[in-house]
Amino acid sequence: MNRAGERLLNGLVKENPTFVLMLGMCPTLAVTTSALNGLGMGLTTMAVLALSNLFISLLRRIIPDRVRIPAFIVVIATFVTVVQLLLQAYLPALNDSLGVYIPLIVVNCIILGRAESYAYHNPPVASLFDGIGMGLGFAAALTCIGGVRELLGAGELFGRGILPDAYVPIRIFGQAPGAFFVLAALVALQNFVKEKLQKAGKPNEKIGSGCSKDCMNCSDGGCTKRFYDTKGKKKEDDRQEPEDLTILNLDEEEK
Amino acid sequence: MESVKELLVILISSSLVSNVVLSQFLGLCPFLGVSRRTGTAAGMGAAVIFVITLASAVAGVIYRYVLCPFQVEYLETIVFILVIAALVQFVEMFLKKAMPSLYEALGVYLPLITTNCAVLGVALTNVQKEYGILAGITNGFATSVGFTVAIVILAGIREKLAYNDIPRPFQGMPIVLLTAGLMAIAFCGFAGLL
Repeated sequence: MNRAGERLLNGLVKENPTFVLMLGMCPTLAVTTSALNGLGMGLTTMAVLALSNLFISLLRRIIPDRVRIPAFIVVIATFVTVVQLLLQAYLPALNDSLGVYIPLIVVNCIILGRAESYAYHNPPVASLFDGIGMGLGFAAALTCIGGVRELLGAGELFGRGILPDAYVPIRIFGQAPGAFFVLAALVALQNFVKEKLQKAGKPNEKIGSGCSKDCMNCSDGGCTKRFYDTKGKKKEDDRQEPEDLTILNLDEEEK
Repeated sequence: MESVKELLVILISSSLVSNVVLSQFLGLCPFLGVSRRTGTAAGMGAAVIFVITLASAVAGVIYRYVLCPFQVEYLETIVFILVIAALVQFVEMFLKKAMPSLYEALGVYLPLITTNCAVLGVALTNVQKEYGILAGITNGFATSVGFTVAIVILAGIREKLAYNDIPRPFQGMPIVLLTAGLMAIAFCGFAGLL
């Protein structure tokens, strides 16, 4: 199915949740002490994202508009609990190393963002693949960041020694401050690329992020406003136009 | 019942040694988003202290007297997030009615906290570490004090940063993240405290 493939590619490259949309930064920083932890967290998130996207899409005609955010949260929290119990049973080592960050997948804004901006407006199969694509993108990004930190901080990759013994590991990259430094470098790189693109006259509008802005500006009013306005207050009609339209438009412009 | 010494250890370790933002990466969004000025950062910190302390008390009571007797502890994630979301709404309504002056001061920041993962994180940590209700409240209070300390310091540095000449790609978020990283190194120094 062509559409499924397009969704997968979209999540992995074009709208990569970490590198392009800058969503879900808390787990990105916290669990990427090694490539394996990053991969584990990414795949766990992917499972939750795919399942919650599928179910929210199936329920999209039943969920009333006014209470959609609480309904999304209940669906997501249910799947997080299921996945957490499965991990405790079958992968206890991973469960221990990820700890409290597994139940905290509930508040990962990638998942709520996709539910709000894609799954709620699109058919189940496309939503499922959107979830898988986004999840894979997240997993790939987390593995990359974890890999860099593990390589610099311990000279290893997936637990195997890669760099020669002469390399003195910079331990700080394996610890908390290293996460901030790696992310800072990443965002600076993104800014650099953006500026280059702008000079070349290419559009680089952020498209289809659930929070309308990236995670860093979340609290300035992006997704919090959505949370808040839906609960009994006057609701603004802030629904975005279907995302595929935006993508099509952009594609035409690029041609 | 927990001894005073135990509570004191929780107080120091949660607020300084394992600081909620700088070593556990919870509540990063408000930490980076609302730290442009020290005044607003302090307001946000006060609101966070209020909500997290209250939420850990409520979550602790619900866990012990509702979830445990019915043996449905696995529902903690679902129950906690709904309770926290509802709690913030109630707190806001209550403050608006009963304490307008406090509402004036904290009101703007309250809705921002609903999505703060630190609140849920503290409630879940309390359960994981098997804290009693009193220890849980202490942990919640200490964690949020740690958050306030971190966000106020960052805001102070950012006010100074605004006057500096920063390379273009590093303007905005990257330099703030670098600052946070340096602060995290400084906070590593508290590790020897306990």
